[in-house]
Amino acid sequence: MSSYLQLSGLDLVEGENAIVRDVTLELAARRTLILGPNGAGKSTLLRLIHGLLRPTGGTVRWPQPLRQAMVFQRPVMLRTTVFKNVIYGLKLAGVKDGERERRAAAALERVGLAHLGARPARVLSGGEQQRVALARAWALEPQVLFLDEPTASLDPASNREVERIIGEFAAAGTRILMTTHNLGQARRLADEIIYIDDGRVLEQAPAAAFFQQPRNARAAAFIREELL
Amino acid sequence: MNEISASLQLAASLIAAADAKLYGIVALSLRVSLSATVIACVVGMPIGAWLAVGRFAGRRVLIVLFNGMMGLPPVAVGLLIYLLLSRAGPLGTFGLLFTPTAMIIAQSVLVAPIVAALTRQVIADAWLEYREQLRSLGASRPRAAATLLWDGRFSLSTAALAGFGRAIAEVGTVMIVGGNIDGVTRVMTTTIALETSKGDLPLALALGVILISLVLAINAVAYLLRGWAARRWG
Ligand SMILES: Nc1ncnc2c1ncn2[C@@H]1O[C@H](COP(=O)(O)OP(=O)(O)OP(=O)(O)O)[C@@H](O)[C@H]1O
Ligand SMILES: [Mg+2]
Repeated sequence: MSSYLQLSGLDLVEGENAIVRDVTLELAARRTLILGPNGAGKSTLLRLIHGLLRPTGGTVRWPQPLRQAMVFQRPVMLRTTVFKNVIYGLKLAGVKDGERERRAAAALERVGLAHLGARPARVLSGGEQQRVALARAWALEPQVLFLDEPTASLDPASNREVERIIGEFAAAGTRILMTTHNLGQARRLADEIIYIDDGRVLEQAPAAAFFQQPRNARAAAFIREELL
Repeated sequence: MNEISASLQLAASLIAAADAKLYGIVALSLRVSLSATVIACVVGMPIGAWLAVGRFAGRRVLIVLFNGMMGLPPVAVGLLIYLLLSRAGPLGTFGLLFTPTAMIIAQSVLVAPIVAALTRQVIADAWLEYREQLRSLGASRPRAAATLLWDGRFSLSTAALAGFGRAIAEVGTVMIVGGNIDGVTRVMTTTIALETSKGDLPLALALGVILISLVLAINAVAYLLRGWAARRWG
């Protein structure tokens, strides 16, 4: 499989702090999960790749330009209805009137929120808002989807629901690049694991191999720790 | 004591009888200050939003300037507009001095920086929360500013009402550029000042009561609107 994204010598230094250090990666897997302890630099790496932050060194190269979307840990909703929140993203993407409504309705259907379309988005529960964020991303038909701990504050049922939707993205051909703390989730979703700590990539491995036995000692310790 | 209570009674009867002169003055006040507030919002809100999300040289200086201009002394603004509109001034040919239009212009200048500074604060807070999401969706900065203005509409109504409160209650600018001409440019505050100095308390008191009620009502409306919006829209 040829890679859809190539990172080379990526650095992000803020003052004295090196937050991301010399990250060189080729991404090709359908579903890649980024694992690592708090403060490892997972979110920062996603932001660099998505273009929300400018690296202080190195390059992010897309061999072919791909449509991107990102779902954040805390969903950001506008003070309008659920439906119009989805429409807003489509407007910015230049999707034509009419087509917008069709796609928004289909996306809400997909995440099981068709019945909440007319509700104000910001008063929905956290899990519902996260699904609206997924619908907003779904409607954009991204070729790559970034997810930053999308289930961090969700109950088990919402968690399952969000994982199901992420699975549907992948099944539809979207590349997934996602961070998580949840090893069970990583097992369920990942084709490939990237383990980072202290801003560095310590391991990149197929998920099955990684969970059987990480090559890196700190990654192995991280897994043991999580299983206790 | 007696004189005051007698005056209060007269004031109450003026209000109750819908005295034409009294209500003419109230109507002119409302017309001038509402117009000025609308103009100040149309000009000040986009400026405030752009100060919050824009990136350009001198932005910080402008922010400090607008914050400082929130406290502009009305008499100073009045004097400035007077000089601009007076016969010999650059805008003298329009003959606007001592007209309600001059008062609207002067109050707009007084209120616009207040609206801009309060808007900047509201939009800057929202920008912190929305920035990455809006950029991820591909919003340009002007687009983001417009989105945040709409999104902040309920908080911004407070900025507009603060501006209106300032306009309706000030004396300095309307006195200087309006001239307090009976039946033409006499508004609540200038009438109160004049009638009090003449010793004619009933009219001054009646207007004072109306003015205070208006200001309280405006604040109550602003409070209720914010509460309702928070419950409805989050
Ligand atoms: N703008 C910034 N300026 C300075 N330091 C920052 C900045 N952003 C992040 N950091 C630091 O960089 C490190 C990595 O942060 P990041 O949010 O990427 O970690 P993370 O792996 O996502 O952690 P978590 O699992 O807690 O979400 C942290 O130590 C954080 O304090
Ligand atoms: Mg993070």
